[in-house]
Amino acid sequence: MNGQGNSGPGVGQSLIDATPRQQRNTLALWLSRLEGPQTMGRGRGFWITLALAVLAAAIYPLFVDGWTVGNTAYFLVWTFMAMGLGVIWGYAGSLSFGQTAFFGLAGYGYGVLTLNFGAAYGFTILALLLAVGLAVLLAVVLGYFMFYGRVQGVFIGIVTLSVTLVFQAFMAQTAGPEWAIGAARLNGFNGMSGMPPLTIPWPGGDVLLYADIALYYVLLGLMLVVYLGLRMLLNAPFGNVLVAIRENPERAEMLGYDVRRYQLLAFVLGGALAGLSGVLYTAWGQYITPSSMGITAAALPVIWVAFGGRKDVTATLIGTLAMIFLYQWLTIYGSQYAIVVMGVILVLTVLFAPEGIVLSLMRRLSARLTSAGGRP
Amino acid sequence: MLPTLFSFLYQFGDAFAFLVIASMGLAIIFGMMGVINLAHGEFIMCGAYTTVSLAQLGLPLPLAIAGGAVAAGLIGMLIEVTVIRHLYNRPLDSIVATWGLSMIATQGVLIVLGSTMQGVGTPLGSFTVGGFSYSTYRLVLMGIAVLLLAGLYLLFYHTRAGVIARATIQLPRMARAMGVDTGRVYTLTFGLGAALAGLAGGLYAPTMTLVPTMGATFMVESFVTVVIGGGDIFLGAAPAAAILAVIRSGMTAWQGQLFGQIGLLITVIIVIRVLPGGLSGWILGGRK
Repeated sequence: MNGQGNSGPGVGQSLIDATPRQQRNTLALWLSRLEGPQTMGRGRGFWITLALAVLAAAIYPLFVDGWTVGNTAYFLVWTFMAMGLGVIWGYAGSLSFGQTAFFGLAGYGYGVLTLNFGAAYGFTILALLLAVGLAVLLAVVLGYFMFYGRVQGVFIGIVTLSVTLVFQAFMAQTAGPEWAIGAARLNGFNGMSGMPPLTIPWPGGDVLLYADIALYYVLLGLMLVVYLGLRMLLNAPFGNVLVAIRENPERAEMLGYDVRRYQLLAFVLGGALAGLSGVLYTAWGQYITPSSMGITAAALPVIWVAFGGRKDVTATLIGTLAMIFLYQWLTIYGSQYAIVVMGVILVLTVLFAPEGIVLSLMRRLSARLTSAGGRP
Repeated sequence: MLPTLFSFLYQFGDAFAFLVIASMGLAIIFGMMGVINLAHGEFIMCGAYTTVSLAQLGLPLPLAIAGGAVAAGLIGMLIEVTVIRHLYNRPLDSIVATWGLSMIATQGVLIVLGSTMQGVGTPLGSFTVGGFSYSTYRLVLMGIAVLLLAGLYLLFYHTRAGVIARATIQLPRMARAMGVDTGRVYTLTFGLGAALAGLAGGLYAPTMTLVPTMGATFMVESFVTVVIGGGDIFLGAAPAAAILAVIRSGMTAWQGQLFGQIGLLITVIIVIRVLPGGLSGWILGGRK
């Protein structure tokens, strides 16, 4: 494990663990990975800021009505897909244009399962897991063929994009009554609707998570768990190897890592997170349509992640939330120009801030804090 | 027997022509510059819209199609100079940037010209073989696909411009040292790719409905052809189009157009596992 060259900043230093592993227990080890070379933000200042942000998000529903909170929950739904794409693209360095394929597959999967089996006994939670499992299965199969065929980055983008476009075309033609799985009609271009929301079994009456305050808190908690989990995973050896592969695949290979397996694992992780977003989206609005897998839908996550900064999970998260907010705002005040603006933002980001706008700002801020004598 | 054979050949030729014509522009830009142009479909759309507008102004169809190709080519060169040029050492970023351009173009056309446009009818009528009626125009398209391949071959392998282009692609520094303006070569190559996309749009404009999202209908087919073909147009994209045409016409005849597309997709996923460099990588690799 040790003795790796230092191909990129952080790769070399990250693998040197000062304390012998036996002296720590596993939990402390993983908690220590909340900070590390592969994620920005460390020290007391960062964690206080994060705690304040979470606190602000937690008390936010006290100040607005339930409908607005439900709408804000909609923003959170997408963050999982974005963070997953950040892992694939930013950390593992292979660009996937088709995250929406996993999103749509899991969304439809959740719809078919719950329309057939209902929501009793907490089945929706099981349906969520099964639907995400479906997305994982697709990611494993697709990823196996791509990464074990040693396809380059460009081709991964095209193949995944083709997959999502074909999925969309397929679902769009399922209008006829013969396209039904059990009790669930696929309904072609109009999409499926009427599935139950996520339901938590609770003594004294199930809790139905409609797009309201309860769902908001569940999503906020889930987002926090995934965010912190990814921070730990990316600072663990797994994340270090991903970054090593991104920086120099040949060197990583020579050091004995199976590049294909790590890329596949990152791809599957991203697929699972996209699937989670898909299920949550379907459960949030109780509908899903083929256009959620179309070319525009597929472009949006790429824009969020590019704008935020793909090489840091925090930047991805902030950028995604900002972009979704902007997109919502634009669709309200100038609906047809929203997509044009998104396209312009994407082109300008790539041209002038290739690392991502949020990440560039964060780097500048952290440099200023350091030079001002504060702790990095 | 003979009519059945003709029917199959016609289906095959039709699919082959579509794959060649739709993917040539993408293949040239990818093969020469390593850039996958995700705005490829929008250049096709631009060619189709220009062609139909010119035809409605009274221009004969062949001239209108040429006009569509020229318009797309000019816009392509403009985009190369303003955007793509700055991203040559970052191929992944250039793809993402072309995607942004594609969104702007699709939605911009929707805003300016509305959701659909009056098309022109398919010219040249039809003929019958064994009780089935076939479109003459599609037969012409097959001829054009073959001519296009031959023309590009002559351009790249038998003209000075082609030699300069290939030299720039193989060893840009050496070409520059020999006095080649490599920047201009890239601009012209991108322009040529865009013009070929515009030509595809013009040629297929009489056969389809004009909507701002029409570019997306060409996307999957042209991507798949280029991925299976690999970097070289003549050793890659052309044979790939022939093989894929068999699969597509077979699947389409059996289950319909969508299954033709699904068949292509499954083929490409299996092929990249077996031949990561595409057909041209395999053929050239065998020669090494």
